[in-house]
Formats: sequence, C-alpha cells, structure tokens
Amino acid sequence: MINELGHFALVLALAVAVVQTALPLVARAADGVLVRVADRAALLQFLLVGLSFGCLAMAYLTSDFSVRNVYENSHSLMPVIYKFSGVWGNHEGSMLLWVLILAFSGAAVASFSQALPPRLRLLVLAVQGSIAVAFLLFLLFTSNPFDRLLPAPFEGRDLNPLLQDLGLAIHPPLLYIGYVGLSVSFSFAVAALIDGRIDSAWARHARPWVLAAWMFLTLGIAMGSYWAYYELGWGGWWFWDPVENASLMPWLAATALLHSAIVMEKRGALKVWTILLSILAFSLSLLGTFIVRSGVLTSVHSFATDPARGVVILVILCLFIGGSLALFAWRAPRLAQGGLFAPISREGALVFNNLFLSTSCLAVLIGTLYPLALEAWDGSKISVGPPFFNAVFIPLTLPLVLAMPFGQQLAWKRGDLAAVAQRLLASILIGVAGMIVIYALRGEQGVLAPIGVGIGLFVVAGSIAEIISRAARSGGGAASVLRKALGLPLATWGAALAHAGVGVFILGVASTAYQVERIANISVGQTLVLADYELTLTKVERRDGPNYTDTVAMFSVARGGVVEAVAEPAKRIYPARQMPTTEVARITRGFGQVYVALGEVIEGNTVPVRAYWKPYVLLIWLGAVIMSLGGVLSLLDRRMRVGAPVPAKARRKLVQA
Amino acid sequence: MTRKQRRFTLIGAAGLVLALAAGMILFALRDSVAFFRSPTEVSEGKVRAGERFRLGGLVAAGTVNRGVGDRVAFTVTDGKATISVSYVGILPDLFREGQGVVTEGVLAADGSFRADTVLAKHDETYMPKEVADALKKQGVWQDGSKEVAKEVAKEVTKP
Repeated sequence: MINELGHFALVLALAVAVVQTALPLVARAADGVLVRVADRAALLQFLLVGLSFGCLAMAYLTSDFSVRNVYENSHSLMPVIYKFSGVWGNHEGSMLLWVLILAFSGAAVASFSQALPPRLRLLVLAVQGSIAVAFLLFLLFTSNPFDRLLPAPFEGRDLNPLLQDLGLAIHPPLLYIGYVGLSVSFSFAVAALIDGRIDSAWARHARPWVLAAWMFLTLGIAMGSYWAYYELGWGGWWFWDPVENASLMPWLAATALLHSAIVMEKRGALKVWTILLSILAFSLSLLGTFIVRSGVLTSVHSFATDPARGVVILVILCLFIGGSLALFAWRAPRLAQGGLFAPISREGALVFNNLFLSTSCLAVLIGTLYPLALEAWDGSKISVGPPFFNAVFIPLTLPLVLAMPFGQQLAWKRGDLAAVAQRLLASILIGVAGMIVIYALRGEQGVLAPIGVGIGLFVVAGSIAEIISRAARSGGGAASVLRKALGLPLATWGAALAHAGVGVFILGVASTAYQVERIANISVGQTLVLADYELTLTKVERRDGPNYTDTVAMFSVARGGVVEAVAEPAKRIYPARQMPTTEVARITRGFGQVYVALGEVIEGNTVPVRAYWKPYVLLIWLGAVIMSLGGVLSLLDRRMRVGAPVPAKARRKLVQA
Repeated sequence: MTRKQRRFTLIGAAGLVLALAAGMILFALRDSVAFFRSPTEVSEGKVRAGERFRLGGLVAAGTVNRGVGDRVAFTVTDGKATISVSYVGILPDLFREGQGVVTEGVLAADGSFRADTVLAKHDETYMPKEVADALKKQGVWQDGSKEVAKEVAKEVTKP
C-alpha cells in the first residue's frame, strides 16, 4: 500500500512538473497569480517527490522484500542506518534521490528568490520543471523503484558490502546537492536567455545558488575521496578514475563560474561567458550522471550500472545541452558589452582564473572521454590513467594557484602588480623558506614535493596577508588592525578562508610524497617497522557482527618502545553475498595517519599486511572542508542574501531593472 | 587600451594557453595511455616489447599460486589463449578464480606478464566492459550468462 502510494506520488509529481514547465507558455506577460502558481507547483513537486522517497525509505526500513528494489539491495539483519542509506545505494534509488534534490532546488528557488523579477522567476521555475519532467519520465518508465515481486522472498540479497558504511549515508547526498544544485544556475541562465535581459542583477541573484552548490560539491567530492581512501584499502585518495573525473569537471566549471559571476555582478563584464559557464557546469553534471550510471567507462567506483538505461540519460543529456547551447548561440550575440578593464586588474586576474580553470576542465574532459572516442574510431581499447592527468593537470593548475594570492589583492579596473608583490613579500619569503627547508631535509625524494609545500605555504600566507593588508590599509596599531579585520565583510573572510583551504589542500597533497609503505606477511609476535612506528601482531581472532564475520588482526602500535594504540584491521565476510571487504585500521597522529590493511588471510596466524605511515594526509580533506567553510561565510554575508530586506528605494530600482 | 585591443589580448592569451594545453594533452596521450589486450591478442604478437598495457580476461580456475611473501602467480584466459601473470602485492578483495580481472603491467622476456596493478571491482556481479567484450569476441560470453564464462575458465585449465 505504502509502496503504491510512493509510486502514485511520483506520477503526480510528474503532472505537477508538466504544469510548472508549461506555465510561461500560457501567459506571456508577467502575471502575479501565475508566478504564485509556479511557486506552489515547485513546492508541491518537492512534497510529492519527498513523499515518494519517504515511501521507498519506509519499505527499506521495514524490510519489505515484496519490493524488488528492497529485495535486491537490503537484508533484514542490516543495521538501521544502512537500511536507510541503502535507499540510494542502487540505480533506481539513487536516481530518485537525484530527482528529490532537483525538486528541492526548485522549491528553494520558489521560497528564497522572492526578489527575483516575476517573469524571470516564472521562467526559472519552468526550466527547473522541464528538467524534472525528463528525469521523472526516466524514473517512471525505465527505473521504477517501486516494482513489486510476487511471491515476496523471505530474505533480501543484501546491500553491496562496500556500501555498508557511513560514507554511503553522507557522500551521495552531499555530492548530489552539489551536482543537482548547479541546475539552478543553469535554469537562471536559460531563463535569462529566453527573457533576453541579462545584467549584473542577474549575477547578483544567481551567485548564492552557485556558491551553495559549489560548497556541497566540494564537500561531497572530499567525502567521497576520504571514503575511497579508507574503504578500498589501497591507501590512495584520488585515482583519476572516470567516476572521479565526472565529479571534478563540474567542480572546476562551478569554481570558474563562481569567479566570473563576481566580475559580472561588480563590473557588468564577462556576461556572455558567465551565462555559457552556467550552462556548461550543469551540462557536465549531467555528463557525470551519465558516466556514473551507464558504466560506459570502466571505473573502480562503478555500482549498479546499466548501459541500456544509460543511453536514455544520454538522450536527456543531448536534449538539454544541445537545446541550451542552441538558445545560447541564438541569443548571446545580442548581449551588451561590459565595462573596460586593464589586463593587470582584479577582472584580469579573474579572467586568468577562468582561463586556466576551464582549460584544465577541458583537459580532464578529453582524458576521460578519449577512450570512448578511440574505441568508436578504430575499436582499440585504451585506458587513460594517472600519468596522463598528472602530466597535464598539474602544469595547468600551477599558474592558477601561484596567481591566486596576487589576484585577491589587485584593484578593480587597473591594478598595481608591483605594489601587490610588495604586500605579498612576507608570504613569498615564507613559501620559499618552506621549500628550501623541506628540500634540505628530504631532498632525496625529489623536488616536486618541496615545491608543492612552498606553494601551499605561500597560498595560506597570502590569504592571511590579504586580510591583514585590508585591515591595515589606514594604518593604526595592532589592536585597531585586529578590530578592523574583524569588521571586514564576511565575504572577504570567506574568500580568504576558501583560498587558504586550497593552500592547505596542496600541503596535504605534497606530503603524500613522504609516505612510507610496507607490504609483508606477518606472524603473531612479529614486528613491522614503519617510519617511527613499530607494529606488532599480537593476535588474530574471529569476531561476529550483525550480518558479517570479521577476521581481525590486532596490532599494537608503538613509538620508541611505548605502546600508543591498538590497530585492528580486519577482513570482513558478508555471508549473504559471500563477498569479502577490507576494513582498514587508521590511527591518527596529528594530521598524519598510520594506515593498516589486511590481504587475504590464508593461514591462521600469519596475515599479509599493507601498512602506511601517511604524514599530514588529513590536510587533503581538511583543505576541502576549509574551502567549503569559506563558502559558508560568503553565503552568510549580507550582500549575498538577495532576499534580505532591502530599503524600499533600492527594491523599486531592482524590480524596474 | 581600446575595446578592440583588449579583446585581442584576451583572445591571444586564451589561444596561447589553449595551444599549450593542447600540446601537452597530445604529448601525454601518446606516452601515457595503456592499451587493453586480451590473451589472444598478446599471443598473436600484437604487443611491442616493453609496452605497458592492460591485460584482461578470466582468472583460470586452479591457477592461483601464492608464493613466498606477497608474490602471486595466476593465469588469465579468454577461452582461446592463456597468459601467466605474476604480481607482487596484495590482491583486491574481489579477485577470484573464474572471475573477470584487469591487470596492468609489461610483458617479460619469457612471454609472461608482470603486473604491477590488479584492478579491483566493487560488485561481485560486475564484469569489466573490456573483458566482457574480449570474451564476446571469442564467442564464450553472452550478455547475462556468467555461468558460461565460469565453465570456460574451468575447461581451459583442464590438462
């Protein structure tokens, strides 16, 4: 019954989405009533999809195996949290989550973008509705999560054991909010193109949405990377795998969009480019959905892929990308030119940023799709791996991060590079000093890592310098500088924090060069020496969990003879699927981790072990978290909250514009 | 600077960066991609000496031999030809006899394959697309019939 209710709600949501899409066709002139209808439709669509999602979740929580989807991906013995996250641990459920977040984005626009001109709001919600129509049709006709099974089996086939982890509860929702959140700026762009009016107010309205999506995308990718790091047991955090690239490309485009929208809002320039980026960012999200769901590219992160249904996503993708780009080609030439600026200026720096971000995005795109193209061309199968991406991506992002501290400090219209360099002198010196010290200490491991450390330090110091130089502009003592720094707009702090996050991330990446790896067969009583740590195997034992059995190897972790912790890596077998997984033990020391993974245990008291000492590895993900925090601060800035109370005079101007 | 000049500098700079990137991409694509080969293709001599490539197929039943330390040897088959593979390291969780595998490495002088990477998969019902295609080519795989492939893996290894 609940199951059918969910199915029915989904059909109703489709009907509502059709209405929402068709509204602007009914009335051309901005009509107050119609806009309210569109608002209500967006909210209703969200409620209906939410109801549908709730029904599926209910089926999972009550282990209703008469629902095929539940039978195939759940088990009555599974802990409740995995039963719930199992809802999106499969193709149908994850597409439902996708649509849920899409509907949520639409409802959020209807609720928070009250200051948007009525005509534009109507169009934005219509475009948002059309995306929902496409994906609801896809769900209902090819991927219905509510299919029944008769007779109902007694027990489910269990969720893929690799997915029985807290990571599944966190990573996909975050990533999807980021992915699908970019649909809002896409809808804004398409609506503005249809409307034919694009000005700096547009950027003002669209920016908070881009920023919010970007924040979640950043967190989602970082969380996914950390999950793969501890779940797969290879000790890596990024493999340049197609599925990873699928999330990186929208991130690069969204980062570029974030910056170009600033130029558009403040200076009225780069309009055409910003609109194009809004379209491209979401197009790359769609492309990512296609790559992940269709399995056309062999990936280590592929779950529940289905090429046949992937083709349908490809059709949707072509429709939306093709349609929006055609509209762009038709309308864009009519856009007015923006303000003038010198090459050395804040605008110039942001153009530089966009140039390198989009070029590196293009490089990732080519590397990811090249195997597909080549196979279609002459049938040969190849894989493009880390050597390609490292050789191309790193040189392309290097100028970007080096220029970042400079760009922050340049003035609008015409900047003074020499003055900025003077203000950044301390930061440059810190970077160079760090580089020299690391090279002197660990020079035998190559020059790349010391350069990375130097750049990371320079970027972090540059962000601090940005705050200090702004606060100290009018002089005064330390106390007044501090007071002024605290009084700086939140957006300034947000930008500085996000950029510092990039520096922290680079420090984490550079430090991976200094990791220590040991692979060995260890018997009980033997000790493995790993950098400063001694790992002694004390016991191998079996432990039973709710729906699995662990073979646990207990290691005492000692430094200088003093036992500091116990690491308990395990090999876990899930009887329902007869599938083993590796449970990695991680001992955190400062920002570094001792990482211990087991191989297949053949004999009782001897275990194959892969152990790492990874200094400062946590900085990689911490950097991403800091970046997102910067986004939060910027979003909290008064100037970002378009819906916030505006003086009546300004509001009149906004509506007329 | 006039509007025209500004536009020229912008387009010039963009063109320069794009050209540089294109150069790097072409260079890297020539040097750092690995071709996927089936055992049949390898036995037909399609692989140059010292070339890095990916070898994919089924792990033949009964051939996995765990040697001293973390040394592992096994045989990869596509139903027609077989290649013996040696690997040092810890095998991924879902590495099993009779199942699909993709390994990356170089051919040794004695015709065996020295793998430095064995790719993991996440799902026991998942068959790497390249492996499935290679098996289809040999006529031992139809969509949805994993059992057939398993039988083949067993049969080939019978003495």
